Amino acid sequence: MIYLQLFWVFFKIGLFGFGGGYSMVSMIRMEVVDDYQWMSGGEYADLLALSQMTPGPISINTATFVGYTQGGILGSVIATFSLCLPSIVLMAMVVSLFFKHKESPYVKKPMQVMNPVVAGLIISAALMMCNSDSFSSYISVIIFVATVVAHYFFKVNPILLIVAAGVVGWLCG
Amino acid sequence: MLAKNDYFCKIFNEMNILSLKLFWEFFKIGAFTFGGGYAMIALVKNALVERHRWMTDDEFTECITLAQSLPGVFAINMALYTGFKIAKKTGAGFAMLGAALPSMIIIVVIAAFIQNINGYKVVNDVFAGIRPCVIALILVPGLNLLKKAKLTKSTFWIPILTCLLICLLGVSPMYLIIAAIVGGVIWARATIGKTASQPSKKEEETK
Repeated sequence: MIYLQLFWVFFKIGLFGFGGGYSMVSMIRMEVVDDYQWMSGGEYADLLALSQMTPGPISINTATFVGYTQGGILGSVIATFSLCLPSIVLMAMVVSLFFKHKESPYVKKPMQVMNPVVAGLIISAALMMCNSDSFSSYISVIIFVATVVAHYFFKVNPILLIVAAGVVGWLCG
Repeated sequence: MLAKNDYFCKIFNEMNILSLKLFWEFFKIGAFTFGGGYAMIALVKNALVERHRWMTDDEFTECITLAQSLPGVFAINMALYTGFKIAKKTGAGFAMLGAALPSMIIIVVIAAFIQNINGYKVVNDVFAGIRPCVIALILVPGLNLLKKAKLTKSTFWIPILTCLLICLLGVSPMYLIIAAIVGGVIWARATIGKTASQPSKKEEETK
């Protein structure tokens, strides 16, 4: 029964979740804390902090975590899979349509308008992360500038940059 | 015999090896993406476009736009699309698995064994370093995308308005995406109506 509930909750979120992890986690909160009352608001806040600190997409982390607390390993697999399922179905439909009608103006023009909007979405995601929590000292500013330069001009592998930034944070902490 | 070997070799090359390589790339990316799906863009681009050259820069831009216009986890959409583009259905499956698996393993291990990860000073110090790095890794692909969008006098306000609506007014990205698609369809209708009588307008816009 719990498995069916997990499936249904995360399937809905995968189907209606737009615009990246941060808007999806508030949807997950509504289901998990308010509707099903699987955990308290405080517990969810802790879980969310953990999801942000561990690698990977935040919504996948949150789904796995909620699934694990409710139904063990099987629960976590079901929660994550049902979160991805709408994507799989939609992508399968859209990709074939997209490649078939790529040259149609009804595909081209919306893509052309989407482009600057998506750029705006991504840049605002970066802007909204710029708070005192992220820039706690002058070292964070140096790390930020160094990453921009290394990534933009020298195309250094981002994984390397993340590891280096972590090491610098550890050494300066 | 040789022909048979060649056949299997081809199958492996076309499906399994490429898909396994994709799986491994996305597994590494999934294991090192901090700060959510957007932070993944820089890593995916580095792996698929710059190192392996499995797709062009323009195709990757297309991928980001499509992945963002569909609901669901952005990182998973991105993995599915690039995986399909590179190695068809098998590729899409393996790429998605690679992107999701590290998260699942790490979360299950943490949920099972560690009570309070915030309690360790080392963890906090490392994250103090990673956070500004991640912001830069989201900002740079965003700016690259802006460059790719080839803004003109009639479209330069779109990203600015998007930023203002999201950052200041907290508008849900869903409405902006729907508005963009509707606007694009209206624009397409308008140009189709006009191309017969007035082709100059379309030329002006493509410049």
